[in-house]
Amino acid sequence: MDFTDTPQEAEYRAKVRAFLSANAEKKEPGKQFAKQHGEEGLVPLAKEWQAKKYAAGFAGITLPKEYGGQGLSAMEQVIYNQEEAGYLVPRGAYEIGLGMCIPTMLTYATEEQKQRYAPVALKGEEIWCQLFSEPAGGSDVANAKTRAVRDGDDWIINGQKIWTSGAHFSDWGIIVLRTDPSVPKHRGLSFFFLNMHSPGIEVRRIKQISGASNFNEVFFTDVRVPDAQRLGPVGGGWRVALTTLMNERLAVGITPPPDFEEIFEFARGLELEDGPAINDSSVREKLADWYVETQGLKLSVFRTMTALSRGEDPGPESSINKIISSNKRQDIANFATDLMEQAGVIMGADSPMAGMFQESVLSSPSGRIAGGTDEILRNIIAERVLGMPGDIRVDKDVAYDQLPQGR
Amino acid sequence: MNFDFTDDQRMLRDQARRFLEENASARVVMEGEEPFDRGLWTKICELGWPGAALPEDEGGVGLSYVDLCVIAEELGRALAPVPFSSSIYLALEAVRIAGAEEQKKQYLPKLASGEIIGCLAAPEGVGALLPKNIRAEVSGGKLSGVKMPVADGDIAGLAVVVAKSGGDAGLFLVDLNGPGVTRERIETIDPSRSHAKLTFDRAPAEALGKTADGWDHLTRVQDHAAVLFAFEQVGGAQKCLEEARDYAMNRFAFGRPIASFQAIKHKLADVYMKTELARSNAYYGAWALNTGAAELPVAAVAARVAGNTAFLFAAEENIQTHGGMGFTWEFDCHLYLRRAKLLALTLGSEKRWKERLVSNLEARNAA
Repeated sequence: MDFTDTPQEAEYRAKVRAFLSANAEKKEPGKQFAKQHGEEGLVPLAKEWQAKKYAAGFAGITLPKEYGGQGLSAMEQVIYNQEEAGYLVPRGAYEIGLGMCIPTMLTYATEEQKQRYAPVALKGEEIWCQLFSEPAGGSDVANAKTRAVRDGDDWIINGQKIWTSGAHFSDWGIIVLRTDPSVPKHRGLSFFFLNMHSPGIEVRRIKQISGASNFNEVFFTDVRVPDAQRLGPVGGGWRVALTTLMNERLAVGITPPPDFEEIFEFARGLELEDGPAINDSSVREKLADWYVETQGLKLSVFRTMTALSRGEDPGPESSINKIISSNKRQDIANFATDLMEQAGVIMGADSPMAGMFQESVLSSPSGRIAGGTDEILRNIIAERVLGMPGDIRVDKDVAYDQLPQGR
Repeated sequence: MNFDFTDDQRMLRDQARRFLEENASARVVMEGEEPFDRGLWTKICELGWPGAALPEDEGGVGLSYVDLCVIAEELGRALAPVPFSSSIYLALEAVRIAGAEEQKKQYLPKLASGEIIGCLAAPEGVGALLPKNIRAEVSGGKLSGVKMPVADGDIAGLAVVVAKSGGDAGLFLVDLNGPGVTRERIETIDPSRSHAKLTFDRAPAEALGKTADGWDHLTRVQDHAAVLFAFEQVGGAQKCLEEARDYAMNRFAFGRPIASFQAIKHKLADVYMKTELARSNAYYGAWALNTGAAELPVAAVAARVAGNTAFLFAAEENIQTHGGMGFTWEFDCHLYLRRAKLLALTLGSEKRWKERLVSNLEARNAA
């Protein structure tokens, strides 16, 4: 066992480091990009950053060269991600578009469409979003109600999507629509891409518990989309959606701090009645647990890289990342605020680490839902990794318009 | 980047797994009269496993610590009822770490070949293993005191004993077949691994290395052993997960396999996650042990903490997945629970390992 890169990998890592150190600020415990620049400042900065990445050859690392990517392997992507994780860079505008939408386009769009959309997206000039979830279907994505009805060369869309990250600053979106309600639900869906500036689209920000607005509701009233923008056959939308979702786990990526580093730092600095908090045995036990989890996840990435470098498919170890890190984040936030006693309720600058722990008490629940709930992820592990059977489907052979629906 | 076993090591693992599936059963010892499976131990020694990590010129087979980790994982998976951990992870490593040249020459080849079985006699009843809790005393080359529980203390020929001398707690070698030694087999939670109470009454004892360095030596022995025990725990946890899954797939209730119920799926997904965390931490421990990295005190202890959590959790949930049959003597579920609890307390409690992990992290950060 060793952790050395091959000469080729080392060369690539050096290139990435040189690029990052010349263009980004190094991360320190407690610092967050979004906190320093504010939510509204994010998009212009993210655009600028994406253009820099493109110019330096770090955009679309695994995507084919003919569409503006770098044509490299997942190994280079992992190396880039590892290095970028040590820097404060604007995240949140391009991950879904470049991680999920563009790969779906490259699988299903026409040659002309690929040439038109992929390079522009990689340069950061157009931002993409993904319109899957609906009020009646979060985990059950195939329960999409939003209708598309054929009208000549167009389809006319009516309905509502929800939880759409970045819809308010996106130029394009991929969408799953119900084109035939008279057949069972998975068979009546079709998949399109559409211009988010089309007439009849209304985007409303959703205000979250934490006060932030990372998601939107998107309303469609007689929105026209050309049939030429359909991806896959009519009624074959579910297959296309699965392609997109397979990329989701990789695209959702990094859980924001606080993580072990922050709570370790905090516990060392905080004075309790008998001395520093880190000397308290109950604090030490928790720190040990979090270290083992944090380190275990980090090391699991090395196992994935090893598989990649041997030309093997990465094992299932990467599937555990989000569920563990998002639960850990919630646990850390609750524990840290509790250590602050009554002052644990204070938000913002008057609180240690600029209120990072309080903010996380309120924002960490969303991490356990977005990108697959804890429950769905456990199903995925059980079914895909352990080979256990899927749940009994009561909706499998029933026409969609005959299915019972709640309010 | 090569953070996995090599092809040769995978082959060793497959061979070890097949061999142990055919030859190892904890029940042979649990339900028999013998304190360990002598036949199995002889075969294991013939395969050269005890000397895997020891260089050839010191009397070993000259593979590496990573190969020894591969073997440890399989021994844990198979619940092998042999004194491998006592003799190799603890006694052999103690001689390797603390011994003077002469002592290494005398004992390492014999331990590596299995000619003698070694053990570590450290605890003295209830209480943490701390210098202030050691009452066994060596004076004028004679050891007096009581050690309990000592894994394999009833069958070993050589004990590495933690005892005080001139105010320092250090390591001493004692011939357990010599004068002044009384051994009593004691009952433990896992009868597939024998344990003893050792009473020393002016038994001849030889200092293993410098007594003043004894506690540092013991700490290093524990770090080495922590990685190897962690692999046993990973092996055990993985086996519990497989057993639970297989049972759930074939057990039908309410007209369907219980593996199709989310309550069971989520339970086993949790076991899977803890096992993977333990595996990744154990691999890092193996790397640190093999390269003698400065990271070893953190890596080894983290591996141990993760291993404790994973194996005990997996063993408990395996029983729950089996329902009523899970708590019968007939089904093997309890064998894993016993071993998981035994390993979780070997060399100290979970709390003690966690404490040590944070101390090592603080020391690392201060450096």
